[in-house]
Amino acid sequence: MITKEDVEHIGWLARIEINEQETVEYMEKLNSVLEYFGQIDELPTEDVAPTYHVAEIYNVFREDMVEECLPQEIVLTNTEHKQDGAFRVPKIG
Amino acid sequence: MAYENPDGIRIGLEIHVQLNKLKTKMFCGCSTDYHNAAPNTHTCPVCLGLPGALPVLNKKAVEAAIKVGLALEGEIAEETQFHRKNYFYPDLPKGFQVTQYDYPIVGKGKVVIEGEDGEHVVGITRAHLEEDPGKLVHIGSIEKSKGVLIDYNRSGMPLIETVTEPDMRSPKEARRFLDKFRNILEYLDVFDGNLEGAMRVDANVSVYWGTRVEVKNISSHKGVERALLYEIMRQKNVIRRGGKITQETRHFDEGRGVTISMRTKEEAEDYRYFREPDLMPMRVTGWIPAIKETLPELPDAKRARFIEQYSITDMHARALTSKIMLADFYEGVCAKGVDPKTAATWAADVFLGELNYRDLAISSYDGKTIGFIHAKDPAVENSFKVSDMVELVTLFAEGKVSDRAAVEVIRIILDGTEEKTPSQIIEEKGLFKAEDDLVTRAVAETIAENTAAVQDYIGGAEKSLNFLVGQVMKKTKGTADAKTARELIVKELKG
Repeated sequence: MITKEDVEHIGWLARIEINEQETVEYMEKLNSVLEYFGQIDELPTEDVAPTYHVAEIYNVFREDMVEECLPQEIVLTNTEHKQDGAFRVPKIG
Repeated sequence: MAYENPDGIRIGLEIHVQLNKLKTKMFCGCSTDYHNAAPNTHTCPVCLGLPGALPVLNKKAVEAAIKVGLALEGEIAEETQFHRKNYFYPDLPKGFQVTQYDYPIVGKGKVVIEGEDGEHVVGITRAHLEEDPGKLVHIGSIEKSKGVLIDYNRSGMPLIETVTEPDMRSPKEARRFLDKFRNILEYLDVFDGNLEGAMRVDANVSVYWGTRVEVKNISSHKGVERALLYEIMRQKNVIRRGGKITQETRHFDEGRGVTISMRTKEEAEDYRYFREPDLMPMRVTGWIPAIKETLPELPDAKRARFIEQYSITDMHARALTSKIMLADFYEGVCAKGVDPKTAATWAADVFLGELNYRDLAISSYDGKTIGFIHAKDPAVENSFKVSDMVELVTLFAEGKVSDRAAVEVIRIILDGTEEKTPSQIIEEKGLFKAEDDLVTRAVAETIAENTAAVQDYIGGAEKSLNFLVGQVMKKTKGTADAKTARELIVKELKG
């Protein structure tokens, strides 16, 4: 069971502010998701190896060859918060 | 005698090392050569974490990790893969760091260091690959920061994180381990330790076999020793006052030399590690035989060979192999037919000592010239030629220059900007060893001019002899051999 405190903690981890009403709402939604996984959990899977990738592929590599990078103005084009060629963000607590 | 570790100190290290000899980042083709570049000029959709960008692993990074693993006598995993470590901090554009979790590429290994009581084995727990985050620059001081500027040039740099067992029993052993570890990485040619931010260390430390405290964010070998000395003192003080050590993470403030508690609410489970679905698992043990072929002679093996081949002392061999470029330089000098023992004294004792005194770090060797940069200001460069060392050692061995004059020549070359051979310098500065009659004359003059000191010496004041020798050296401008001068004075005064 996910408690209100869990929701608050998750919100803190994601650095998202969640108000009282939202906390209750998310708690209910998250618990219903968890309940659904509880149903899946009932299936006997002891003898089944976990599947992490649908294709059984190993060893995908690239060579150590330099490719062109993006120009700085393109990198910063999607933000208004920039200074001296860098992204500018608020002070981190 | 075995070291008893009276304070029950246990130190373990986590060392992050940039594989900065690679040309490109871990998962994209951006160049790793960003150190003098403007911010955000070495980035692409992959290392900026833009939606839909797909990482592809640099093969050379995996090869480098296997090299490191083999050099640490570590087990290379049959199957290895990446995980996502989730946390929100602006240095991570994706909101997670790609790292390895329960399937690291390198398992248990070991490194032998020169410990408190001779050879000491430090266990390696694991080593894994991960990507470096971007770099944050605070506007103003950290305390009064108004905002943070982010440069993603470093984002996605290939890192190898090595975790040791808590096997080190003093800050000195921790530093020795780091020196040895860095040395091994440089032998493997996967790492240039002279670049800024190339190695970062977290240390965990406990006293009286008790609760461990983690000290984060240490960026130099000296810093590790200082941070640990401070932290051990702090823990002992807490216990002496009847307090308890709590398990916590502390931050090392390099400027003030203290550790500060960081309150962190994030625990391992909060990172919600899960397999990185964009990267395929690896089975690379098949590469091991070919990579083993490419492994160079490692420091311990080279040291043993130097002792055997050149008949030099363990201390000299240790100093000479402490940097692969210095070892190569020494062998370059020996190859020219000079006496290896004399060359070892000059290279290990004098030359290396003068470099350390000047804070010069060896940064290159091309078979003819060894180059250095200033440890604090890489823009300051200088070099020393194999041929100059050969010439100097030969002149010394033939008795044409005194040891003091030879040291002087080394200093002049290290401090100078002009290209001059040792012979030219000796000629210009009049450093050729004084003829014996010149020394004899200087001795006679000294005795005549310093009757008080002479009387003192005859009366039993041994210190006065040093003064008299000093006067002779002064008269001969340092060209006399101090030992000869001393013998002549003693002979003259005491028969």
